[in-house]
Amino acid sequence: MSAASLLFWFSGTMLLLASLFALYRIVRGPSILDRMIASDMLLTTLVIVVGVEMVYNDHLDTVPLMIVLASTAIFASISVARYVSKQDRPKDESGRRRPLGRGPTADHPASGPEAPEQAGNPAPEKGGPL
Amino acid sequence: MNLDAILDGAALICLALGAFLSMAAGVGLLRFPDALSRMHAATKPQIMGLFFVLAAIALDQRSWVTVLILIPVVVLQTLTAPISAHMIGRAAYRTHNFSDEHTLVDELGPAVDKATREQRRRGPER
Repeated sequence: MSAASLLFWFSGTMLLLASLFALYRIVRGPSILDRMIASDMLLTTLVIVVGVEMVYNDHLDTVPLMIVLASTAIFASISVARYVSKQDRPKDESGRRRPLGRGPTADHPASGPEAPEQAGNPAPEKGGPL
Repeated sequence: MNLDAILDGAALICLALGAFLSMAAGVGLLRFPDALSRMHAATKPQIMGLFFVLAAIALDQRSWVTVLILIPVVVLQTLTAPISAHMIGRAAYRTHNFSDEHTLVDELGPAVDKATREQRRRGPER
């Protein structure tokens, strides 16, 4: 086995593993965003596979396919990210939905000291206008 | 060892690097805990892996026409990948799809609070 064919086998194995991992994340991904990220990566892997095939068979026939895939991969991400709803929040250990926006942490309490809320005014709901 | 052999070898090494980057992104996608860190891993081959493979094609064909028809791929990918990453990251932040214990600095949080307060001051209509 020559060095060239060894490198081609290496590339093919790596790409196969990458697409299998992405496929696993698409099937198992807990939220729709994970599935979207994984399918984006699967598409990138497909473009790379098309490029590897062009080098292997020494032709340039599928460059238009690469151009189309590179330019239209964005539409899926944007349309899904646009319609991610508040029900898609990940659940915590007790099965409750986590609050929207950032959670109150030690150095970022829910209502900061620099921004005192008015009395009787409930804390603002996180993640309103973004 | 002539120039052709060296360029062919360089093309093959570029291919292997691009494929390895893709596999590394797959491992990151598999093992990272939340959407934002998975996005960090998955966006590596979108630019660098594609660049490696396009460089391999150009090194394999060795003509300027090839480089010219590969430039649109680079331009379109570098234009669209940041936009989709921004949209996904924004949605992941809004739905709190990241772990608090791995977040050191949240620079967007105070801005969100400020915008929420201003919206409340303006009233429910709007």
